[in-house]
Amino acid sequence: MTSSLSFRAAVVSVLLFIAFVSAWHLAVRGTGPTQAMDPEYAKLMGATATQGKSAMPGPLEVGAKLLEHLSRPFYDNGPNDKGVGIQLAYSLGRVLIGYFLAVAVAVPVGFLIGMSPLMSRALDPFIQILKPISPLAWMPLALYTIKDSGLSAIFVIFICSLWPMMINTAFGVVGVRKEWLNVARTLEVGVARRAFTVILPAAAPTILTGMRISIGIAWLVIVAAEMLVGGTGIGYFVWNEWNNLSIINVINAILLIGVVGMVLDQVLARAARLVTFPE
Amino acid sequence: MTDRFISIEGIAKRYPAPGGGATAVFEDLWLGMERGTFTCVIGHSGCGKTTVLNILAGLDRPSEGAVIVDGQAIEGPSLDRAVIFQSHALLPWRTVMGNVAYAVTSKWRRRRRAEVEAHAQTFIDLVGLTGAEHKHPSELSGGMKQRVGIARALSIEPKILLMDEPFSALDALTRGTLQDEVRRICTTTGQTVFMITHDVDEAIYLADRIVLMTNGPGAVLAEIVDNPLPKERSRTDFHRHPYYYGLRNHIIDFLVTRSKSFADDTKDTPHDPRNVPLVRPGVPERALAAAGESVAARLVGREAANT
Repeated sequence: MTSSLSFRAAVVSVLLFIAFVSAWHLAVRGTGPTQAMDPEYAKLMGATATQGKSAMPGPLEVGAKLLEHLSRPFYDNGPNDKGVGIQLAYSLGRVLIGYFLAVAVAVPVGFLIGMSPLMSRALDPFIQILKPISPLAWMPLALYTIKDSGLSAIFVIFICSLWPMMINTAFGVVGVRKEWLNVARTLEVGVARRAFTVILPAAAPTILTGMRISIGIAWLVIVAAEMLVGGTGIGYFVWNEWNNLSIINVINAILLIGVVGMVLDQVLARAARLVTFPE
Repeated sequence: MTDRFISIEGIAKRYPAPGGGATAVFEDLWLGMERGTFTCVIGHSGCGKTTVLNILAGLDRPSEGAVIVDGQAIEGPSLDRAVIFQSHALLPWRTVMGNVAYAVTSKWRRRRRAEVEAHAQTFIDLVGLTGAEHKHPSELSGGMKQRVGIARALSIEPKILLMDEPFSALDALTRGTLQDEVRRICTTTGQTVFMITHDVDEAIYLADRIVLMTNGPGAVLAEIVDNPLPKERSRTDFHRHPYYYGLRNHIIDFLVTRSKSFADDTKDTPHDPRNVPLVRPGVPERALAAAGESVAARLVGREAANT
């Protein structure tokens, strides 16, 4: 009765998981021999027709395959048969390169927008038009101009990470309390020192929120982008396994994408906590 | 006029009015302050007290006129003039030491870290925050935060200390102790102080001169009250001084009635903004005449001239 809320929540989580897996298991299990048929013909038809087995894999099969993937994540048997670890590493690499390029552009530009009402007004129409464009719409243009599918995927990540960070940075900079700026002014603090010692720390929580939104979007977009550009990456892996009709691998990939996305989000959440200041 | 350390010379502040034209918060304001004096401004909200302080701080510019400090016109904020903000305005991501050290490094760019911290430490000790150096503002009470604000302002060793209702957000007990601290520090260091307040007793306790400002828009400095209480007054008994109630009543009467009706009262004898009357309420006429000191003599002379 006195156990903590988090313990009780964990119990409920486990129960929900068991219920879901059981329902899944029951839903896809075989119903036994369906009809009498010629044994030779039955062999050709497979378990789906003869045992009433669903084409959807059950949780046990998925789990077994997952363990197999996790035990050998980095094998490389040629272009269409690489371990999930390698595929995830490709995806993560593209996301991080595109994302950090976006940080390098978005944070200074956001600062400029936030500090200069002129630049804010001048850049506003461009941002308003560019922001709602689906990052994948840039893909043909990127492929045509960059002429490299890997770099195009990085560009797409760059462009989709840019806007939330830029807008949040500008918002955070504009929102810096007037009294803190007045403190800096009465202390005759120069522009650069003011930017780094007052505005940046004051806006950091808002900037980090933008960075957290961006990393989430980047991880969403990389899967779609890699389905288009192909070759390597977890997005390509999903599409390739769909072409192989390996639903087990598709489900495994979905799970892994979710886990990696969660880890990325948590890393940024930690970073945000580091720069947050209580008032 | 020439010995004035701070000289506010005919400043005005106007804002564009909604229907065209301009609304003047105040017009043609003149005020001089001598070195080492403590000046309080009292007036109702909206009379432009904070604007005057911001102009003195260099954070705001007058629409007209100028302020001369130590022979130099104010062009912008300066490390010579420290501000203690009403809302303390500490940087919440810095510790107590960090906040004070930030001001110290702003004034002396080349100082080494150890020197900066030693300097900051003296002022942290001065306001009684020894031991709280590594706390963040969020861990401090309102009074302690304002102490940090005071330490930060004093640490740059300013020529002038500007305070914008520094104690108004504090409870009565904390306000009292902080007033004592500020009074102790300012009298021992001979600091020139310009302070805005709503609190009549605070003004009487702290100030040498109390400037009474009429209601805005179009506020004027109605009177400068010369504090007749002895310089060595203490919190425990300054309200028992024979001049105390006369002084207090004078200021309260001003705030309650005359601050509103000032423009009408002075219709016949036009108010000269350059020669704001200096008064010494609470002092019986005989004592005033017998005092024979320059202020009283000047005052009597002026009153004679006025009548």
